Amino acid sequence: MIETKSNITQTLLDQLQENAPKVTFMPDAEIISAIRYLEDKGIPNNKHEDYKYCNIEAVLRKEFKTVEQAFNELTNADIAPLKIDEAINLVVVNGVYSEELSEKMIVKGLTVNSLNQLSSSEKALLCSQAKSETDALIALNTAFSANGLFLQVDRNNIIPMPLHVIYVNSGNANFVTNTRSFINVQANAQATLIESFYNIGTAKVFSNFVSEKFVGENAKLTCHTFQNEGSLSYSVNTNQVKINKYSNYSNTTMTLSGELVRNNHNVVLADSNCEAHLNGLFISNGTQQIDNHTLIDHQMPHCESNELYKGIAKDKSSGTFNGKIFVRKDAQKTNAYQSSKNILMSDDATINTKPQLEIYADDVKCSHGTSTGKIDTEALFYLKARGIGEDSARKLLLQAFAQELIDKIEIPSLQERVLHLFEKAL
Amino acid sequence: MISIKNLHASIGDKEILRGINLEVKAGEVHAIMGPNGSGKSTLSSVLAGREDYDVTEGEVTFNGKNLLDLSTEDRAREGLFLAFQYPIEIPGVSNINFLRTALNEIRAYHGQEEMAAKDFLALVKEKSKLVELDAKLASRSVNEGFSGGEKKRNEIFQMAMLNPKLAILDETDSGLDIDALRIVATGVNKLKSKDNATIVITHYQRLLDYIVPDFVHILYKGRIVKSGGKELALEMEAKGYDEIKREFESSEL
Repeated sequence: MIETKSNITQTLLDQLQENAPKVTFMPDAEIISAIRYLEDKGIPNNKHEDYKYCNIEAVLRKEFKTVEQAFNELTNADIAPLKIDEAINLVVVNGVYSEELSEKMIVKGLTVNSLNQLSSSEKALLCSQAKSETDALIALNTAFSANGLFLQVDRNNIIPMPLHVIYVNSGNANFVTNTRSFINVQANAQATLIESFYNIGTAKVFSNFVSEKFVGENAKLTCHTFQNEGSLSYSVNTNQVKINKYSNYSNTTMTLSGELVRNNHNVVLADSNCEAHLNGLFISNGTQQIDNHTLIDHQMPHCESNELYKGIAKDKSSGTFNGKIFVRKDAQKTNAYQSSKNILMSDDATINTKPQLEIYADDVKCSHGTSTGKIDTEALFYLKARGIGEDSARKLLLQAFAQELIDKIEIPSLQERVLHLFEKAL
Repeated sequence: MISIKNLHASIGDKEILRGINLEVKAGEVHAIMGPNGSGKSTLSSVLAGREDYDVTEGEVTFNGKNLLDLSTEDRAREGLFLAFQYPIEIPGVSNINFLRTALNEIRAYHGQEEMAAKDFLALVKEKSKLVELDAKLASRSVNEGFSGGEKKRNEIFQMAMLNPKLAILDETDSGLDIDALRIVATGVNKLKSKDNATIVITHYQRLLDYIVPDFVHILYKGRIVKSGGKELALEMEAKGYDEIKREFESSEL
């Protein structure tokens, strides 16, 4: 029997409604409209323009027809190897912030809590960036959000060490997680954030992550996204970021494993003189699918955005980069740059790239470039002619290709971890 | 050292080498000259193992081994070095890292341990002086942003580092001004010993004023049509290749 689109979504909704704990912090109105949107539109398949190369509905049909929600409890011993020494390590297990597993440290100006501890004024911000009516996966998360992480840096505070959020999924039979986080860096504050994603159980997980991030006036948030979820993980990761006047937001996403990894990284430059930098590197093998979608929304004048994404696709894997830049009519003097470079390592690997620029202001500088090719055979021959074996020569060239992105990771032990996994994947 | 017998090579349907015979012994310098399109660069490419060419006939013995059976990297590890006519730029790979990898892979092939970092850096310092290569260039990406002269000097620097048995210099003089030419040639001469050999491939006699050959061979239409001592190069310079062309155009080559 062939199931219809709405059937797949409905089956999932029914199962989640039966199993998932009631969402206590999300306003009822948001939940209701999220469910309504899902019932109406369904989980997107490849007929949906934004999910053309990333058929989420097919994944759910194939891998998650029955969802058991059989979660594992995790202990400190499970988390220890995932930690980063020079950071404050915070832990979110199957979407739920775990105070018990997180490191307790009193840092001036830093608030770490569960989402259900949000004050009413903070609650008002919830869903203001991640809107259900823009994307079915946001709607799914909103409707079934677990009690995730709330992180705030109060105005005028600089957090001296990186904050490391470990989002870890673990189950023993097919499960779905809807992890949510809310990061608020207030005016004149600064923080460095690492978000790591793991699946350490024996079961397949559909991980649907949504994070809303706010960067206040003259504030700075430097993010690193580290994705190493393994072959049992299918994940959609949505970042909805809003940055303010004179602020600086950057993110570097390193995707090292995951059967399906879809990243939606959407940044609104809501006021003048702010800048956003999005970078990404992936290496894929087997039948992995890595799909990076970015949306940079320039709304006001004198702002800058930079994007650099690189990918290496091996075996039968595929990679996608879709980068949309809006320059609205008030956003004069915008500088927006975008570059996507990819290397295909086999005849069966695929790369899709799609830059999309929509410019409504007339005094702007915008550029985009994309290239996809095979490894440079002339360079390969040159290295081999000096006695370097085929394998080492390839690795040298691929490392050289990735180096400028690996260099963007400012935390030494994270950089080491990335480099180690990257070399292993080559 | 190397013995080339009746070597034929093609690219696609086009036969470029049509029966090369050449014997080079340790301690010797051989020059191969010839007009454009005579097959000079094809010969060096085939010897280095470039895969674009098909060897259709003949054999090449290098230190008692069948060279044509070896991969490009194993040829280098056996002691064959090709100084490229057009050295490749490799952004992101530092000269130092590249050379350390090369040197250590060659050492591993011969069952030797990796060279200690300290010794390696001392060697870099010593050998870069040989071709007056700025130490800063050693830490930059391979050939990236190098001038033409710097690229050629970098080739000879690599040769000095890897200490090959047989060096093939493919048009190393092309694009060099007289000062750079002198530096490159001095470097090559200093590396010369009774245990190694050099094949200098060139269009012009000029380089041979600096690197004096023991034998000169004229390549035309994929064959060595004339061999002699260093005076043959001067003769070619004086008369040009036209006489060779006339002499061998008509004969069925």
